[in-house]
Amino acid sequence: MAYRADSPSNSGPIAVAITGAGIVTSMGRDFSENAAGFRAGRTAFRAIDLFDTSRQRVGTGGQCDLPTSSPDPRLSAKTWGRMDRGTRMAWMAAREAMAMAGLSGGLMPMMIGTSAAAMPLGEDYFKQAVATPHHRSGQFLRVETYQPQQQMAGMAESLGIQGPLRIISNACASGANAIGHAFHLVRSGKAERVLAGGYDALCQLVFAGFDTLQALSPSGIPRPFDAARDGLALGEGAGFVVVESLASAKARGARVIAEILAYGAATDIHHLTQPHPAGDAALKTMVAACEMAGLSPTEIDYINSHGTGTPLNDVAEGQAIQRWAGDDVSKIKVSSTKSAIGHLLGGAGSVESVICLMALEGQWLPASLNVRELDPVCTFDLIREPREARVRTVLTNSFGFGGANATLIFQKEGTR
Amino acid sequence: MSSRISIAGIGAVSAAGWGVQALCEAVDSERNIERSALTRESLGVTVSTPVLRVPETGANVPKFARLRRASAISKYAAAAVVEAVPADRMAASQAGGFRIGVITTLMNGCVNYSNRFYGEVLNDPSIASPILFPETVFNAPSSHLSAMLGSTSPNDTLIGDGAEFFTGLELAAEWIERGDVDGCVVVGNEELDWLCAEALRFYSRDYVPSEGAAALYLEAGANGPQLLDVPDPQTFSGSLARIDAALRLRHLLALKDESQALLVDGRCGVVKHDHPEDLAWRDWTGLRCSPRRIIGESLGASAALQCVLAVESIRSGRSTHAIVTSVGGNEQAAGAVFGH
Repeated sequence: MAYRADSPSNSGPIAVAITGAGIVTSMGRDFSENAAGFRAGRTAFRAIDLFDTSRQRVGTGGQCDLPTSSPDPRLSAKTWGRMDRGTRMAWMAAREAMAMAGLSGGLMPMMIGTSAAAMPLGEDYFKQAVATPHHRSGQFLRVETYQPQQQMAGMAESLGIQGPLRIISNACASGANAIGHAFHLVRSGKAERVLAGGYDALCQLVFAGFDTLQALSPSGIPRPFDAARDGLALGEGAGFVVVESLASAKARGARVIAEILAYGAATDIHHLTQPHPAGDAALKTMVAACEMAGLSPTEIDYINSHGTGTPLNDVAEGQAIQRWAGDDVSKIKVSSTKSAIGHLLGGAGSVESVICLMALEGQWLPASLNVRELDPVCTFDLIREPREARVRTVLTNSFGFGGANATLIFQKEGTR
Repeated sequence: MSSRISIAGIGAVSAAGWGVQALCEAVDSERNIERSALTRESLGVTVSTPVLRVPETGANVPKFARLRRASAISKYAAAAVVEAVPADRMAASQAGGFRIGVITTLMNGCVNYSNRFYGEVLNDPSIASPILFPETVFNAPSSHLSAMLGSTSPNDTLIGDGAEFFTGLELAAEWIERGDVDGCVVVGNEELDWLCAEALRFYSRDYVPSEGAAALYLEAGANGPQLLDVPDPQTFSGSLARIDAALRLRHLLALKDESQALLVDGRCGVVKHDHPEDLAWRDWTGLRCSPRRIIGESLGASAALQCVLAVESIRSGRSTHAIVTSVGGNEQAAGAVFGH
C-alpha cells in the first residue's frame, strides 16, 4: 500500500492466516457443495449455452449454474442486473469468504485477479456498434460496466468494504497472484486484513481463442497427465479468501483455516503461450516458495498442479516437479482439479487455492480424473481417485499466458 | 530504517512523438498537435472520431523478434522501456546478471487485436486467426517486455482506471524494498482503435482519445530524482464521490512548501472530468501544467506520461519537487510526489 520514503520500512515477517474462503464453480455455488463434489471425484461439465458454439470444434465446458436474481437482500435487483457474469460469481464467493471469516465489511484492501473480466459486456458492445453504428441505446452502460475496476469498486461497496483496490491481470495466474499480493501486504505489516481472490466467466472471445489454438479437448474431457491427453476444458467461477495476520485473527477469535507460508512469482520468457519445455520458471517459483517457507519438497503433502491437460503444459510442469523434488519425486502427491471443473483462467489460481483449503480441512486429496494411461513424466504420485490422507502442507501452482508463474504454500495452523 | 528509491530513467511515446524530448517540447510550448480521424464504415454508415495518434514519423520500435507481430501497444511500451532503462542495466539483465521486474498498468489494453479477433470469430470461428488471440490478453505487452529484457523476475499487469499507474509505482517500491528485484520498470500503455475511441466519447464529446506509453525505471538509491510519496489511492464508487476522493488526495499530497513545486495534474479540458481536481487544487500556488490538454486522454498511459514530465522537470532543475495527480473515471483518485 502507501509508500513514503521517509517512513520506516515495515517490520516483518508477520504470520499470515486465512480465516474465510468462498468458491463458485460448475461443481457448486459454495464451499460445502464444492468440497462434496471434489471429495466424491465428480466432474462438472455440460453443453455451453451462454453463446453460440455450433461452429466451434468444442461445445462443452464447466459452465456454472447461477441464480437468476439477486441472491442476497443487500444486493438490489438493479445492482445484480448491472453486474457482469464474472462479477456475480466473484460477489458470491467474496460474500461467502467474508461470512466464514465472521466479517461484515470494514477497511481492507481488495486484491483481485481476472483475465477476461467483463468481456461478455464488451462483446455485446462490439456487436451493437457493428450492427447498428448510430444506435447508441445501452452502449454507455455497456462501456462503463465492461470495466473491471467499475465492477469491483461496486462489489466492494455492496460488501461494505473500504480501501484500495488492485486488479491483477496475469492471465491464468491472476488469481494466485492476487492471493500472493495479499500475503505480502499482511506479512509486511502494510495491511492487517485483505480480501483476495480471482474470477472469470466463460465468454465467446476467449472460448474461440483457445479453440483456434487447438488447446481445447475435442472430446470435452480434459485428462491432465494422461499420455494421450488432448487439451483442456474451459470453465468459469470464482474463489476468494480473507487473508489476515494470525495475530489479528487470534485477537478477534476468528477460526484459522490455514496459514499462508509462502508465495513465489517468476516469469517464463520462453514464448508468449508455451512454457519452457523443462519448466524453468515453474521450478523457480516452487523453489522460491519452499525457501520462503523453510520447507523441503518431502514436507509438501500435496501439489495442486496447474495441470491444464494440454500436451506442452503438463510435461513442462512434470519436468519442473521432477527437478524440484529430485530423488524424492516418487513421494510427491500431485493432482489437477481442472480435470473436474475445467480451466478457470483468471479464477483458476484462487479457486484451486480454496480447493487446497478443503483438502486441509477435510484431510483428503482431490483427484486427477479420467486418466487412462499415465504420461511418462509422472514419476510422482498422481492421485487418480480422491483419497483420505494426512494433509498438513499443500502447494499450488498457477501458470499463465505471457509467462506469469506463481506458487503458493498453505499449511494447517499449528503444524510447526 | 527508511528507503530511498530513485527514478534512474524515463521513457515516453505519445501523440507528441517518440521520446521524452518530444513530449516535453510539446507540453512546454503548448503545441497544438494535429488531430486525425479514426473512421470506420459499417453497413453503409460512416463513423468518424477525432483522435490524437502516435505519429509514424520518428518511430523507434526496438528490434526484437516478438514485437514483429505484436500490437501497437506493445511497441509503444517497448520503445518507452528501452529509453527508460539504462543501457548497462539492460545489458546486465539480458545477460542474466541483473533482476529487472516489470509492471504494466492499463485500462483498455490490446484492443486492436481483440477487435480484429472477435470480428473474425463472429464471421467464422473456424478460420479465426490463432496468431491474433494471444496478443489480446491484457498481459501480452508486459510479457514481451520481460522477454526483451531477458528477465525472469516478477511481472505484473494491473488494470484500473486512468489513475492506476500510481499503484504500479507503489508495487515497484514494494518489490525493490523487499529485494525481489534489483530494478523495476513501471509502464503505463494504451493503443487506440475505433472501439475505445468511440467508447470514451460516450462520457463526453469533448474528450480527445489518444494513445502512447510512458516508463519509469526505479532502483534503490539516492541519486537523481526520488520517489518520495505514493499515498493509498482514494477509491470511490459513483461519480459524486470523485470530488471527495480528490479532496482527500489533495490533503495527503500536501507539501510543506509548495511554492517551488510543480503540479502535473490530470485535467484534460473536459469540464466534468476536471471538476474534482479544479476544486481540490484551487489553493495551489506553485507551477502547474495539465499535459492531457496537449496530448489527449490516453487512459492508462496518461498518468504515466504526467509522471515522466514531473521527473524531467526535477532532473532538469526546473523544480525541486513535483506532485502528480489523477482522478480516474470510476475507481480512484491517486498521485505521487517526486523530488530530490
